[in-house]
Amino acid sequence: MEGRRAAELAARQSFGKLVAWLTARCGDVAAAEDALGDAFLAALRRWPVEGVPRAPEAWLLVVARRRLIDRARRDRTLEMLLPELDAVATDPDTPEPPMEFPDERLRLLFLCAHPAIDPGIQAPLMLQTVLGLNASRIAAAFLVAPATMGQRLVRAKAKIREARIPFVLPGAEALPVRSAAVLQAIYAAYTTGWDGQGDDGRDRGLTQEALLLARLCAALLPEEPEARGLLALLLHGEARHGARRAADGSYVPLLEQEPALWDAGLIAEAEAVLTQASRAGRPGRFQLEAAIQSLHAHRAVSGRVDWPALLGLYDALLALAPSAGARVSRIAVLAELAGPTMALAELEALAAAEPALKEHQPWWALRAHLLQCTGQASQAQLAYRRAIALADDPAVRAFLGQRARAGFPAPFPDDPGQGRHAGRP
Amino acid sequence: MQYAVLIFESEQDFADRPGLMPAYAAYSQALAEAGHMAGGEALQSPHTATTVRLRHGERQVQDGPFPDSKEQLGGFFLIDVPDLDAALIWAARCPAAERCAVEVRPVLAMAAS
Repeated sequence: MEGRRAAELAARQSFGKLVAWLTARCGDVAAAEDALGDAFLAALRRWPVEGVPRAPEAWLLVVARRRLIDRARRDRTLEMLLPELDAVATDPDTPEPPMEFPDERLRLLFLCAHPAIDPGIQAPLMLQTVLGLNASRIAAAFLVAPATMGQRLVRAKAKIREARIPFVLPGAEALPVRSAAVLQAIYAAYTTGWDGQGDDGRDRGLTQEALLLARLCAALLPEEPEARGLLALLLHGEARHGARRAADGSYVPLLEQEPALWDAGLIAEAEAVLTQASRAGRPGRFQLEAAIQSLHAHRAVSGRVDWPALLGLYDALLALAPSAGARVSRIAVLAELAGPTMALAELEALAAAEPALKEHQPWWALRAHLLQCTGQASQAQLAYRRAIALADDPAVRAFLGQRARAGFPAPFPDDPGQGRHAGRP
Repeated sequence: MQYAVLIFESEQDFADRPGLMPAYAAYSQALAEAGHMAGGEALQSPHTATTVRLRHGERQVQDGPFPDSKEQLGGFFLIDVPDLDAALIWAARCPAAERCAVEVRPVLAMAAS
């Protein structure tokens, strides 16, 4: 199965390169995908009979290009593309097709995360156009009906074509903002996959696919340290995959995970990538979140968590990218350093300033924990009940229920994205 | 490719128009000099608008603009630029972008043209 998975991921690399190359020439990502789909069908029909061509990607490219030309001849709106496509069209069977063609997937990533595209569809669009995932698989991960997802993807691609969103790299002045949008969409794809892991932890959602996109982005954007920051963050998340659930499927919070179950190879890679990122001297949200995960990963070596360093990283993160999750996590760290009474006061002050936190599950989980620590047992029970009501993952619900019944201070659920973690080691 | 840059204005913007005219004149001139101007008009204020519907063959006429919102269409520019990114750059320069909002819409190309 692992081999099949590897083959599938390799095929996705080819798919994205081919779609990007075709989109660069026709400006219409939907037409490029259709043409490539036809080419894959032709390959399925012909390769088993005629043998796999010497340069399979080039073969697919030539066939897809001919489909685009046929379509352009039929469809007047694409007619202007004919010279461009004809210039590179050759017969697939007597080919001197390009063995090497430029990798234009970075432009495809920027196209998918263009500000004129609805932010909610950017991650699904990337998964479909860059990796070739089908709409129903994306829909399942994003918890929407397949038909709805299909429609939204079609609409986004129609907008690209009809409003003529250009297939270009953003200029230097727009690059930081535009690459942040690309990274955010990849991160959204990852956390969706992570949340969709299910109670038995077997369904890995789209985390592998998101990791593939993050690797691609880090390779294609070597000057952007945040791209490496995101990759490091996702690698740390993946490294803990085997430790997040006990053998019986129950939830294991970060601070109780057995470091021996973490993937040392992935952690080492994450550390190397983050070190490279930090050389640019331009810290950012993803680098800081990766650094937070890196401090936790260090427990595998030191056997302890460096709470003061962690607090410093959360302060830096909040200064740069304030979020409810990071604020709550910072208070959890504060509890370790300054005690539960002070942390509880900060937590209340936070919700007074930001009432929306009363809908935030980690806020209630931390509150319940701190109330327990300060001996307010009945209040703690109420807070646990609220936290359970707000938790989506059945394993997390079960975990919180168990903590509520146990009636002693304990850690609360972590989350890969916000770096939430807390409690007593 | 042509895009319509639709200008939305608040009641205050309509009242402030005499003061805004120099900014619009400068914007029009910049568009024209860059070779992107394809047309445009300013509209009189929404209280001059009349909405018409034909229902069962009968004409229904009503005082006021069609969408009953605080911000109203105040005019438009037609610009000719290569793609949406260029259109968005020019839209952001329109004086209304700072005060209220502009909407950018590609013009539907007619097959006969």
